[in-house]
Amino acid sequence: MRHLMSPSVDQERGTADGIPAERGRYSLWRLLREGLRGQRGWSHAWAKAAARPHYRVVIVGGGGHGLATAYYLASRFGIRDVAVVERGPIGLGNVGRNTTIIRSNYFHPHNIRFYELSLQLWEGLERALNFNAMVSQRGTLNLFHTEAQRDLFTRRANQMRLLGVDAEPVSRADVQRLVPLADLDNGRYPVLGGFLQPRGGTVRHDAVAWGYARAACAAGVDIIEHCEVTALRVSGGRVRGVETPRGFIGADTVCLAVAGHSSVLAAMAGLTLPLETHVLQAFVSEAVKPLLDVVLTYGAGHFYVSQSDKGGLVFGGAIDGYNTYAQRGTLPTAEEVAAAAVTLLPGVARLKVLRQWGGVMDMTMDGSPIISQTPVDGLLLNGGWCYGGFKAIPAGGLTTAHLIAHGAPHPAAAHFDLGRFASGRTLDERGAGPFPYLH
Amino acid sequence: MLRIACPWCGARDETEFRYRGDASRPRPRADAGLAEFTAWVYERPNPRGWHVEWWLHVGGCRRLLKVVRHTLSDEIAWVGVPTELPPSPPRSAP
Repeated sequence: MRHLMSPSVDQERGTADGIPAERGRYSLWRLLREGLRGQRGWSHAWAKAAARPHYRVVIVGGGGHGLATAYYLASRFGIRDVAVVERGPIGLGNVGRNTTIIRSNYFHPHNIRFYELSLQLWEGLERALNFNAMVSQRGTLNLFHTEAQRDLFTRRANQMRLLGVDAEPVSRADVQRLVPLADLDNGRYPVLGGFLQPRGGTVRHDAVAWGYARAACAAGVDIIEHCEVTALRVSGGRVRGVETPRGFIGADTVCLAVAGHSSVLAAMAGLTLPLETHVLQAFVSEAVKPLLDVVLTYGAGHFYVSQSDKGGLVFGGAIDGYNTYAQRGTLPTAEEVAAAAVTLLPGVARLKVLRQWGGVMDMTMDGSPIISQTPVDGLLLNGGWCYGGFKAIPAGGLTTAHLIAHGAPHPAAAHFDLGRFASGRTLDERGAGPFPYLH
Repeated sequence: MLRIACPWCGARDETEFRYRGDASRPRPRADAGLAEFTAWVYERPNPRGWHVEWWLHVGGCRRLLKVVRHTLSDEIAWVGVPTELPPSPPRSAP
């Protein structure tokens, strides 16, 4: 169904005027009807818009957070005079290329509340968007390898349960039952047990971009592709709009949702942000028969893996470790990830890697995101997502839309403000200090 | 894979080194205000372009190096000792 429900190649040639107006709901009934009619009744999922001279809100970045923010602005806050401007086509950035994991198994209460809000939004997302995002709550299983790690994970699981979030200890025998493929008897890092968040899982990442774009478009949002912001117009301490090769687009509020390039955009307004840009790689193996039905994370190195519905193992590890805007990634990190993979899952050693991808992300000084007003009036920032951007998309969009609509932060994201660094309220989940390459 | 020309050991693979972040900004004076120290601890120019940075040669001479590297092309323009000032401005990106 993918090619039918996504924007087609024909649309490249279309303009806002050329897109059919009819965009009916997707349903089993419609699927059956189209099946009998030769699939000729499908229309484009969303319309490409040409920019108008002025909008109430311009969102820079047509990734998951930008599209979700636009959708919630229009659907929950009644603000429909919104444009999303994207440098390339939507869905080709980090939102379409990650390891698709969703979970809320954090330690700090502020993080738990935020990511739990996100998880609850994921649970109702497909109904809200009328789009099959293949939300699969297959469970995320974190393994531990030492007694100290057991204490740490137990503490984290208890913290989650105190806040009403699901977390279960898993014995070594149950780990073996859940993941028969795993080698629990490694001489250096034996697996002693794990902790499971049953409601964690995966989501079809491309469908998230398409689903939000379709729903935002239906609610009246303009999505403007191939429209790079080259400058921010600021006067009198207030943002006035964005300069693009297609001309100036005025706005009362400009929201940056360009994680990976937040510093570059912020510098256009004279701001320096508490973050560095780093590259994170993801890998997909050739497709094999079902062998892993949970999201599995390795505690003795940085490694996480799940199996897609197509059969490929989707996995990743740590960032490459130094500032870079190069969206490729280096071989030493790939080797480290592969070493962790075959240590934990020796059976995958002979699988071929089909695809590798490196995406750049904002690594903040405390490892937590930023949803905040900035010193420039009317300029807002949604960024600093570190590794956690994909799972945060629904909550990031909702809380950013709340901030735009009300001028005050959403309670679940109030601690993600830029002011936390100066005041010492940092949210350092890892306890690593102000060193982005360690988070 | 980066190759970093350590002034003491010669050109070595990046796996011998550990990255230690931005080296462009000096520590504020002890009597500088909170805003200046906050900026020094937390804020980073994070340029898409030439970047002056620290690398520690942990797998070699264990000395700290100052490196000028391009964050898009990964080209290394200059490697020096911590007390040296990099040539300014570095030549443009390839």
